[in-house]
Amino acid sequence: MRSARVALIWAALVAAIFVPVALAATSDLLAYRGPVYILAGFAGIVALGLVLVQPLLIGGYLPGLPGYRGRRAHYWIGGALVVAVAVHVGGLWITSPPDMIDALLFVSPTPFSPFGVIAMWAIFAVALLAAFRRRLGLAPRTWRLAHMSLAVVIVPGSVVHGLLIEGTMETMSKVALCALVLVAAIKVMVDRRVWRKRATS
Amino acid sequence: MTTVALNRRTLLAAGGSVLATGVLATGGSGLLLPARAQGVAPTQSMSGGANNYRKGAAIVDRIGKGGFWMSGTVRRAGDGAPLAGQRIQIWAHTTEGQEHEPQSHGATLTGKDGKFRLEMPQIVPVFGQPHGHLAYDSGEFKTVFLRPIMKSAKDKSLEAHFVLQSA
Repeated sequence: MRSARVALIWAALVAAIFVPVALAATSDLLAYRGPVYILAGFAGIVALGLVLVQPLLIGGYLPGLPGYRGRRAHYWIGGALVVAVAVHVGGLWITSPPDMIDALLFVSPTPFSPFGVIAMWAIFAVALLAAFRRRLGLAPRTWRLAHMSLAVVIVPGSVVHGLLIEGTMETMSKVALCALVLVAAIKVMVDRRVWRKRATS
Repeated sequence: MTTVALNRRTLLAAGGSVLATGVLATGGSGLLLPARAQGVAPTQSMSGGANNYRKGAAIVDRIGKGGFWMSGTVRRAGDGAPLAGQRIQIWAHTTEGQEHEPQSHGATLTGKDGKFRLEMPQIVPVFGQPHGHLAYDSGEFKTVFLRPIMKSAKDKSLEAHFVLQSA
């Protein structure tokens, strides 16, 4: 029973991420895109998938990765998320520099751009804080507050960004992945009661 | 307080002179002030409209193999009179090429009724939205860049309308 449950959880996670990726791979739009643009698009989808993995790891919900191992994986997946976002933005910049520059300067006509750009900066900020928090001498409470505040920006930012885009992702699988991302983030915050003051507990 | 009063006075004086200039200029162009107030306002360039613009695209009968229609009108600001013989440049990400590629660009001229219509390949969504680009950039009037969005990516046509003001 236990191994069946373990297999089911992992299968569900793999499906939640790879079904949207696989359906995007069947999109008609790919025929009219260059390889760099295609890579940039898929990097964005993978990034959204990694945003789903992150709360699951930190909540210890994934079998085989509880506690410390989950936090280590969360740390490295965070690094992978930064790489995915960099490939996404870099690839789109190469594809159409003026459109990417408009997005980064918040003057883009597309309503989803600012959500993505804000989420990007929040992801980069978390990564920098995580990489240098010892050197910066951040107190655990300060780090926790900073990371949670930025997560609250990253999760809805990424979800709204993805939902508003008319691109290669198939609609139902995209909505499902976005819903899971939101639910996972809310669940870990509720379970770990992130708003409580640790020092007094 | 004195400063505020002075500022206000300066502002009123400046405003008055602008108003006077406006009335004089309007009188000079032979239009009455009431007509101008009710007139057709010039179209403003849209955000991102000029992206991947290429100067001087050739006037063509059709861009690529066609199958999609871009159409619209060109009128004069103020009286809204149709403007004939105006060159409108059109480009988009289509089934036959990306936005910046030369084969995705073409231009056409408005007819006597101020209307233009150019066949082009099917526009496909790019950067998250199915959209086209149009430019008026001939210099006689102020340059305008438009970026209309298709209601559905399956649409077979798209419209954009220009109201131009003197350069």
